[in-house]
Amino acid sequence: MNNNAESVINVKNLVTHYGSRKILDGVDFEVKTGEIRVVMGGSGSGKSTLLWHILGLHEPSEGCVEVLGKDIHKISFNEQLQLKQNMGVSFQSGALFSSMNVGENVALPLREFTDLDENTIRIISRMKLEVVNLGGFHKLMPSQLSGGMIKRAALARAIVMDPKLLFFDEPSAGLDPVVASEIDDLILSLRDTMGMSMVVVTHELDSAYKIADRITVLDQGKNLFTGTVKEIKQCKIKRVKDLLERRSRHELVTSDEYLKRLTEENYTLS
Amino acid sequence: MSELIRFEKHGDACDIYIQGEVDLSNSAEIRKTVLGALKGAERVAVNLSAVEYIDSSGIAALVEGLQMANSRNKTFTLNQPSDQVRSILELARLDQVFTIV
Amino acid sequence: MSKFITKQIEFVGMAAYQAIERFGFAIRLFWDSFYWLFVGRRYKQRVRFHQIVEQVRVNCFDALLIVLALSFVVGMMLAIQLIYALTEFGAESEVLRAIAKSVTREFSPLITGVIVAGRSGAAIAARIGSQVVSQEIDALKVMGIVPVRYLVLPPLLGLMVAMPLLVICADFMSILGGAVFAVGRLDMSIMAYMVESLNILLVNDIMQGLIKSVAFGIIIALVGATMGFHVTGGAEGVGKATTSAVVTSIAFIVLVDMIASYFLTQ
Repeated sequence: MNNNAESVINVKNLVTHYGSRKILDGVDFEVKTGEIRVVMGGSGSGKSTLLWHILGLHEPSEGCVEVLGKDIHKISFNEQLQLKQNMGVSFQSGALFSSMNVGENVALPLREFTDLDENTIRIISRMKLEVVNLGGFHKLMPSQLSGGMIKRAALARAIVMDPKLLFFDEPSAGLDPVVASEIDDLILSLRDTMGMSMVVVTHELDSAYKIADRITVLDQGKNLFTGTVKEIKQCKIKRVKDLLERRSRHELVTSDEYLKRLTEENYTLS
Repeated sequence: MSELIRFEKHGDACDIYIQGEVDLSNSAEIRKTVLGALKGAERVAVNLSAVEYIDSSGIAALVEGLQMANSRNKTFTLNQPSDQVRSILELARLDQVFTIV
Repeated sequence: MSKFITKQIEFVGMAAYQAIERFGFAIRLFWDSFYWLFVGRRYKQRVRFHQIVEQVRVNCFDALLIVLALSFVVGMMLAIQLIYALTEFGAESEVLRAIAKSVTREFSPLITGVIVAGRSGAAIAARIGSQVVSQEIDALKVMGIVPVRYLVLPPLLGLMVAMPLLVICADFMSILGGAVFAVGRLDMSIMAYMVESLNILLVNDIMQGLIKSVAFGIIIALVGATMGFHVTGGAEGVGKATTSAVVTSIAFIVLVDMIASYFLTQ
């Protein structure tokens, strides 16, 4: 990764609420061209929320989100559309359209947004399936695929428009270690050949160490730490170390509080 | 002929030179040229040494060219692909399919 | 006790708020659908003709058999009741007019509406609901495909075309059903009964049924989509949304039917 590279994503002072609860509390986040950035954090840390904001699925309460130099909330519909074609997303559940077969799923963005010949569309979508090692599977329906195959098909759909940016939400969640490491290899080879920049939200430490150029750790809606794999391993911040060693915050309750939890009829988390 | 594509004909062989960036905006033109060349010539070579960037639709045009050449028993080769082209071809394992010189 | 009452009031308040919110959402869907229908081309949101044709096929032809069968039965049932009632006044011969008018104006749109609400309304809610749950809606959004244009507009237009077509078939079948029972009492042939019915009917009678059916089609599509988009809580949520889509759209159909009858028969 080149340190002088341009930034492709620039999030400044992002604040967002869910009801009265603050999910993100002034997050700054910058990704440079060709970088693979892993975002980690416990559940409820706001890591998925950050991703939804960058994708424009949520409106922030404060702050701005710039993608490829454009503030995504201040541009026209057509500019947003152009931006979206430069962004591919692989969802946690895959989010393949269950009424279409794998080939149609992958071809959908091409059919909707390009004027390419049907023959060309078929070749491109099958080529993408070859890239993710699903060559020949285009006729299957999503319900006939295994978990790992769904993730790979979703990845094929995410890269079908040759995006500059690729986003992953928990790419290896629910997969066995062998398949998960295949996905990691795919992520690395896509960056190396196509020069894509990527944001990967995950809680799998092994996978993060393998693919990340830099890791961002979020905690309670704040950016706790950003640095390379080497830096995070030497990090002295207690919450970061807790997270890496998978210690949960529940160990921190007082004995009084603990007793209340067990005995009081109407106990709720404060 | 545009700056993107140059076209040379020697007897029944035809050389196509492509340079610059190939993307959705011009891949249809490449497709037309390649398929058009294969109608006339027996041997078509596409020189990709000056290609800075090629996207999937550009690669798809080349695949269509190869498909047409094979169905008509003609020769279709890719000459000196640039590093970017070569890595994209390798990603989809197309380097095994094309004749690359 | 007072705590209980407060809770109940709170519950009613929440329910009312939710109902108003969803009503607004449905109106918004209707507006957005036609917005994208007319300006979609400019924003690369083309509405595919084949998608709409497919919706007409699914909603019309696949429901045709059950609509035909039930409207035939309803026609017969009407004949039985009306002949019984009219015989008391010695007005048996009026049964033909009564059936023809009531069926085209009221019964066939209502029967068709209820059947289609059960089939298509449930299907729309289930389809969109499961797409919400599986993040397919988010996937559409990040691709740049506007969900309303892709998921709501085709069934909406499809139902607006399919409903009148179904009602015309239902009109014919229920008059035929009435004929089968009534011809014995009236001493006519079925052919003569049918011709006589067609002569009695005014354009106005048929139109009233067709206008209602288009309104019912809109209700079914919008209620189904609204319930679908508001699904929370996984597979169970989809089931609940489907049920409430059917119940709500039938309730609205009956209500709108009454209002439309009042104004259209002025």
